[in-house]
Amino acid sequence: MAAASPSVFLLMVNGQVESAQFPEYDDLYCKYCFVYGQDWAPTAGLEEGISQITSKSQDVRRVLVWNFPIDVTFKSTNPYGWPQIVLSVYGPDVFGNDVVRGYGAVHVPFSPGRHKRTIPMFVPESTSKLQKFTSWFMGRRPEYTDPKVVAQGEGREVTRVRSQGFVTLLFNVVTKDMRKLGYDTGPVDTQGPSLP
Amino acid sequence: MNSREEKIKIISEEFTENEEDVDVGSRKKNPKGQRPRKKRLSTAGPQEMVSEKSHVDSQQEPRQEEPETGLLNMPARRGPRSLPPIPSASRTGFAEFSMRERMREKLQAARSKAESALLQEIPTPRPRRLRSPKERESETEFGTEPGKEVQSIQQKDDAQIYSRVKFREQKIKSKPQAPPGFPSAEEAYNFFTFNFDPEPEESEEKTKMKARDGTSQEEEAGEEEEPPVRGGSKTDEEGLLNGKDAEDFLLGLEHMANDFVAVRPADYESVHVWLQKEKEILFIPSRLTVPTYKKLPENVQPRFLEDEGLYIGARPEVAPTNQNIMENRLLVQEPRNDFGPSARSQGRRWFGDDGRILALPSPIRPFPCRPLLSTREQSTKAELETLYRKAVKYVHSSKHMVGSGDPPGNFQLDIDISGLLFTHHPCFSREHVLAAKLAQLYDQYLARQQRNKAKFLTDKLQALRNAVQASLSPETPQQSLDTNQKTIKEYKYEIRQTRKLRDAEQEKDRNLLKTLIKVWKEMKSLREFQRFTNTPLKLVLRKEKFDQKADEEAYEAEIQAEINELLEEHTEEYEQKMEEYRASYQQWKAWKKAQRAKKRKKKEAAEEHPEEEAEEAPPGEEPVKPVPPEPTDPGELEQKVRERAAHSRRRPGEPLLLPELSLAGSVTPNEQCPRVEVLRREDVRRRCVYLKVLFNNKEVSRTVSRQLGADFRVHFGQIFNLQIFNWPESLTLQVYETIGHSSTTLLAEVFLPIPETTVVTGRAPIEEVEFSSNQHVTLDHEGVGSGVPFSFEADGSNQLTLMTSGKVSHSVAWAVGENGIPLIPPLSQQNIGFRSALKRADAISSIGTSGLTDMKKLAKWAAESKLDPNDPNNAPLMQLISVATSGESYVPDFFRLEQLQQEFNFVSDEELNRSKRFRLLCLRSQEVPEFRNYKQIPVYDREIMEKIFQEYEKRLRDRNVIETKDHIDTHRAIVAKYLQQVRDSVINRFLVAKHHFLLTDLVVEEEVPNISSEGSGILGLSLFKLAEQKRPLRPRRKGRKKVTAQNLSDGDIKLLVNIVRAYDIPVRKPPASKFQPPSRSARAFSEKHVASPSTHSPAHSPDYALGQVLVRPFVEVSFQRTICHTTTAEGPNPSWNEELELPFRAPNGDYSTASLQSVKDDVFINIFDEVLYDVSEDDRERGSGIHTRIERHWLGCVKIPFSTIYFQARIDGTFKIDIPPVLLGYSKERNMILERGFDSVRSLSEGSYITLFITIEPQLVPGESVREKLSMLKKFESQEDEKLLQATEKFQAECALKFPNRQCLTTVIDISGKTVFVTRYLKPLNPPKELLNAYPSNPQATAELVARYVSLIPFLPDTVSFASICDLWSTSDQFLDLLAGDEEEHAVLLCNYFLFLGKKAWLVMGNAIPEGPTAYVLTWEQNHYLIWNPCSGHFYGQFDTFCPLKSVGCLIGPDNIWFNIQQYDSPLRINFDVTKPKLWKSFFSRSLPYPGLSSVQPEELIYQRTDKAAAAELQDRIEKILKEKIMDWRPRHLTRWNRYCTSTLRHFLPLLERSQGEDVEDDHRAELLKQLGDYRFSGFPLHMPYSEVKPLIEAVYSTGVHNIDVPNVEFALAVYIHPYPKNVLSVWIYVASLIRNR
Repeated sequence: MAAASPSVFLLMVNGQVESAQFPEYDDLYCKYCFVYGQDWAPTAGLEEGISQITSKSQDVRRVLVWNFPIDVTFKSTNPYGWPQIVLSVYGPDVFGNDVVRGYGAVHVPFSPGRHKRTIPMFVPESTSKLQKFTSWFMGRRPEYTDPKVVAQGEGREVTRVRSQGFVTLLFNVVTKDMRKLGYDTGPVDTQGPSLP
Repeated sequence: MNSREEKIKIISEEFTENEEDVDVGSRKKNPKGQRPRKKRLSTAGPQEMVSEKSHVDSQQEPRQEEPETGLLNMPARRGPRSLPPIPSASRTGFAEFSMRERMREKLQAARSKAESALLQEIPTPRPRRLRSPKERESETEFGTEPGKEVQSIQQKDDAQIYSRVKFREQKIKSKPQAPPGFPSAEEAYNFFTFNFDPEPEESEEKTKMKARDGTSQEEEAGEEEEPPVRGGSKTDEEGLLNGKDAEDFLLGLEHMANDFVAVRPADYESVHVWLQKEKEILFIPSRLTVPTYKKLPENVQPRFLEDEGLYIGARPEVAPTNQNIMENRLLVQEPRNDFGPSARSQGRRWFGDDGRILALPSPIRPFPCRPLLSTREQSTKAELETLYRKAVKYVHSSKHMVGSGDPPGNFQLDIDISGLLFTHHPCFSREHVLAAKLAQLYDQYLARQQRNKAKFLTDKLQALRNAVQASLSPETPQQSLDTNQKTIKEYKYEIRQTRKLRDAEQEKDRNLLKTLIKVWKEMKSLREFQRFTNTPLKLVLRKEKFDQKADEEAYEAEIQAEINELLEEHTEEYEQKMEEYRASYQQWKAWKKAQRAKKRKKKEAAEEHPEEEAEEAPPGEEPVKPVPPEPTDPGELEQKVRERAAHSRRRPGEPLLLPELSLAGSVTPNEQCPRVEVLRREDVRRRCVYLKVLFNNKEVSRTVSRQLGADFRVHFGQIFNLQIFNWPESLTLQVYETIGHSSTTLLAEVFLPIPETTVVTGRAPIEEVEFSSNQHVTLDHEGVGSGVPFSFEADGSNQLTLMTSGKVSHSVAWAVGENGIPLIPPLSQQNIGFRSALKRADAISSIGTSGLTDMKKLAKWAAESKLDPNDPNNAPLMQLISVATSGESYVPDFFRLEQLQQEFNFVSDEELNRSKRFRLLCLRSQEVPEFRNYKQIPVYDREIMEKIFQEYEKRLRDRNVIETKDHIDTHRAIVAKYLQQVRDSVINRFLVAKHHFLLTDLVVEEEVPNISSEGSGILGLSLFKLAEQKRPLRPRRKGRKKVTAQNLSDGDIKLLVNIVRAYDIPVRKPPASKFQPPSRSARAFSEKHVASPSTHSPAHSPDYALGQVLVRPFVEVSFQRTICHTTTAEGPNPSWNEELELPFRAPNGDYSTASLQSVKDDVFINIFDEVLYDVSEDDRERGSGIHTRIERHWLGCVKIPFSTIYFQARIDGTFKIDIPPVLLGYSKERNMILERGFDSVRSLSEGSYITLFITIEPQLVPGESVREKLSMLKKFESQEDEKLLQATEKFQAECALKFPNRQCLTTVIDISGKTVFVTRYLKPLNPPKELLNAYPSNPQATAELVARYVSLIPFLPDTVSFASICDLWSTSDQFLDLLAGDEEEHAVLLCNYFLFLGKKAWLVMGNAIPEGPTAYVLTWEQNHYLIWNPCSGHFYGQFDTFCPLKSVGCLIGPDNIWFNIQQYDSPLRINFDVTKPKLWKSFFSRSLPYPGLSSVQPEELIYQRTDKAAAAELQDRIEKILKEKIMDWRPRHLTRWNRYCTSTLRHFLPLLERSQGEDVEDDHRAELLKQLGDYRFSGFPLHMPYSEVKPLIEAVYSTGVHNIDVPNVEFALAVYIHPYPKNVLSVWIYVASLIRNR
């Protein structure tokens, strides 16, 4: 019966947080975690991780390479709440305080195959200049109460953010039984959506 | 010796060094590098320099000849090297002392010289560095040369000796010389004076050395070799560079250099010269704007195409300066490049007509767009990678797709093919041909007749003539003659034109009629000739008669008028012509003259220029001699007119012929026809015709095959409904003909026009479309064939070639759906071709996709965005707009809401509702409590159990059904239901608010530094924080990091309970102890708390003093049915100091804040006494083993709701243990002997206490303060005066500014959600009569009774019921109706009662333990204040240390609010005199007087007597339930009930109630002892207000009475319910266990 009519479909994601481009910052590390809907459950692998601290490469690219592996498998009954990976990058500021350098989130690609994603990262802004100064001075920049906020749309209207850099992710996605359950994610569309 | 000599020496010294360097390498410095120096100077550079100096000192003499000798005097140099180097001592040594005097003298002398030398050097201080590249080159040479030299040296010296050896020798040599080698005066002098010169060199060397840090010394050597080589080379080569010369200067080779070095200043060219030169070479285009005339050809005005309306794209942005430079360059340079005559224009070809450089339109998009990052980053390699693409199902060519979202076939095109008529067919007989012709002509005739153009023109002519007449008449003088003339002229011209047209028309009409008749005649003759008829056509000519005379007159008048006009015309013409003639005649004459002269000339020149002649010949067009025009002859004219009239017009009197074509004729039947005709007819009959319908070049359907009729008409009458998916591009009909059973041939294709969107079925007219084919058919029968010439005449003349042709009558229209909606694809789809253009112009982004269908919007947008109508890019759009605005397109005059909804309804609503999965998803997204956290909704409906919904459905059903099962008492059930409903409504209201976020909800940010606010806010303070010690000696407690509840799961949260110690635990009484008569003291009301209870008797003391174990208490903490207990301590004042850890599980695993807030679990802290009983049956066993049984006796408990812990974050303090009024076997008596000193202090209050610390680990973020949130949302409106509300806000803000931690309450929210000023709640209200009557003479007792009554109303915290949403205040009557409320309601009620009793009473808002922020009641007795806890009914003096109220924020009276502005807020330390404005800030003051607010409380409270019978019934039921429960809890043991004891207890309970649980113990004990003498008895009465059964069960369970597993244990349980008015019930439960004594 299991083979004939599966009751869940599986989504296996492996890949890595490859690198980042933060032109202004160095010595960063990143955390990732997955945000998914209620119908999803991780079955194997790590849902969250924290990477090593990396310094900028010495070449002209000035990339921060983590190559931090991601390997997780989800099962689900409903594509609603498709997993998103939430990244938050931290690094020391001038005074050596660990401050956040960027948040970003992206859905795990829907279609099986190899996908490369570059996520723009952003941080919340201080509400006033004075606070900006004090937060800089005290090394306590505004942070999201929960990094998972960036994976949801609710309540974002109250925040202001600033772009910071990019993180490049590589996903290898394998799905199982999606088609059997009637979800056709289709062939890999390597080219993104057409320009406006 | 002068300084110059010294300089020379330096050089030579260097030279010698180099020599050695080559072969000795690094060793070099050791031998000669002066040791002491080396020690000091670590780097090689300075050492070297020093060595140089030292050598200078020691080698002056021998070196003098060196420059001359050059390389040859090697041995000579060797000597000096062996001279002792200057030791370090020379600097500081005695040489200095001795030399000082002499030095000074010499210094004076030398300085002048040295300075002069320096002066010379300074102007040309060419740094050595500049030469270094050159020197490097020469290094290789040096590398070998010195080697050779060394070799030669070695040969000279000692060929066998290695350089090493040599060094040693040197060493040896130098060593002995060193000691005596203090510098001579000369040397010392030199040493110092020397410093002047080589300084620059040294520094240079230093830098070099540093630069080459770590390179080999050979390189250094190379470096150092330079000077000598220079010296040497100078002798050989004169022409060295300036630099070298300068170097020589530097080195002081002047006197030598002077001989062969010419000194001259450096080459320098002045700026002007340079500029001059540059000007010659370089061309710098000017930056000035080029005047336009230069850029354009001469005498040409610039043209601005844009102004002329032509489209010019936006030019790319170029800085004007750049553009000017470019223009200048083009103008200047281009002519230079090609020197042709067109040079200027060459330059100009770069410029457009408008005088600007030609430029393509800017390719830059006006708006930024970001290309996809990934594609950009992909390397070329990645792009070349093979991609696997799965085969995709064919999707219809998207170009004409009506939209993928539309279900196919939603649009319908109805094609009605009614029939086909051949106007020619191969099978036509001759007659048919004629008939067809006739029919065609007749049709034409009819059409003309319908239009009747001739008539129209005639009328027009008439009208014009009249107009001319009118204008010619003298009645219109007002018009100027000129204009009149003009109009007449115009009219006349018009008349002429019209006449011509009319004539033509009339002629056509007539001709048509004629041909019609002719054809008919032909046909008739043909019929006669062939003696049969094939066609039923029949032409009838009707004659219409006219009045001959009138007709004639009209005819004549017409002719006359025409003649007149013509005459006029002709004369005019004639005159004109004459004019022309004259002119041309003159011309001709002149030409003639010239010609003649020319001819003459030509003849002369003919021989010389024959070719010229030929040339001239063609242009020599001889103007013809003009002929004078002839005047027109009116007679002739008339003749013409009449002729024409006769030709084209009906003659007068001639009857008007009206042809009528009818099909009345009969066709000759077959048998009467000749064979050929029969054959033809048969052939016709064999032929079938059908049509194929092609849609977008694809066959979609075909008609049935129909036989060709004898009249060559085919009737199909078929309607094809094309369910279309694509927008129609072409619609074609193909006419096929089949002959018999043989092949089908395509006769022709008919292209049908695609209907307008307005054309809907029913409205579409039948149209005819003609077709023809080019096929050639020859037939062997009467049929004329097709494409074959044939003739009607017998002689074959007048041939005709007819092609097969015909007409299809059809209609194409859009279908109309069932509900009258035309099934037309949206108009936008029609414009699909324009889409790309639209995209370019980006109309979608500006007006949205839907705007595309709205033509008006589109047009508006186009107008607004100022689209250039001439831009080819916009052409389609413009066309579309022009078409649209002209109103041709079909714009519906209605709009449809959610127009796409239909497309998304993939299943019907019923089906959707039936889907369990969908329902589940819906419910979950609605956050219905049952499904809020439903995980993993199954994929299939069949996997969803029906029972999932059952509970929910039941709840929905039961919403209005009151269930009495749980509650027993119906009233409570109703109340519970009501509360539930209130809760639901508030929660629903709040659910919306929950989704509003504040910045603080999302972003953690440092607070705004605020000078006035206290705490971490001040920037200065936080700066201090930076500087504070990392490990302070006295660390302060820091707040733990709070954890947001979201990312928690089961097991993450723990409840930490730290049990420190307890005081005054009841102690055991020996079971056999003698009963003591009660010593109840008549305590005064006020005494009670001051005097220690006098119940203890010193008589017991000796027993205790014997060291018997008084009590062995331990604490058991139970939370969520998890039980932890401490170790057992001893004594009535035990100290455990133990931390217990209890796991916390949130309901449904939902750790959201809302869920945590609604946790209703309590933490029970029970204190037990551990009693060991010896169970050994006989004494014999005592020796060998100890058999004891541990029994636990419940002593008391403290109950703390989890919600309190959650909101308080921690609970820390000493709590009163809730000890039952009667503890059998225990007494609360203290050992006065042992603890007298302590006791005197402690005995201020009775009761037992426990010190606890409870917290949650990790700390959870409590729910945000509701008030704040509400103030933001302004959800709850108010009926209060606006001014009052403002005042409250101001008051609160002021208070919060001063004492942010003190609670200040001005407005509260009532049960309907409105904001109400708090004093409105306070009003004297009557307590029940019974209570007042109970102690009529004792006000204190009455007050206590009233407090007890209030405390009996069950406590239900708002925070639990409303999930922290808000603190709702219900009025006292509501409170009594609900019979549930929290501290505020209790306090308000109590306060109102006290006010009724005539006391001065206030509501105290403050903090208490364990409740946290709460409300107490303060009363003023005669001379002191009392603080009442409304929930427990207890009261405390102001100075009672054990008063749970710990801080006071504000007092609320019926008419004012006072905020505590004293330094302290502990009730012990504050003054409650509210009249002092320095201590209490009042809300209503002189500036804002009390406006006399009406109360929200009712006038009077009405109490019903509680039904005693119902209470008794409830009592029985509770007893039964509890007994069952106890038996359930003891599943493995037999539970025996001691009836006797139970009845005893039952009797006792009312007593307890009457005495309010005080001081009955001894009586009771005596009685029990009397009755149950042989039982060991442990038990206690529990007392609680009644709300529902569950808490009672919990309470009984928590005592652990059932845990006794002694085999012969018996139980007794009695319940007593005392009803108070208004259904307030006081429940007493007496639980006891009895063990029969042996």
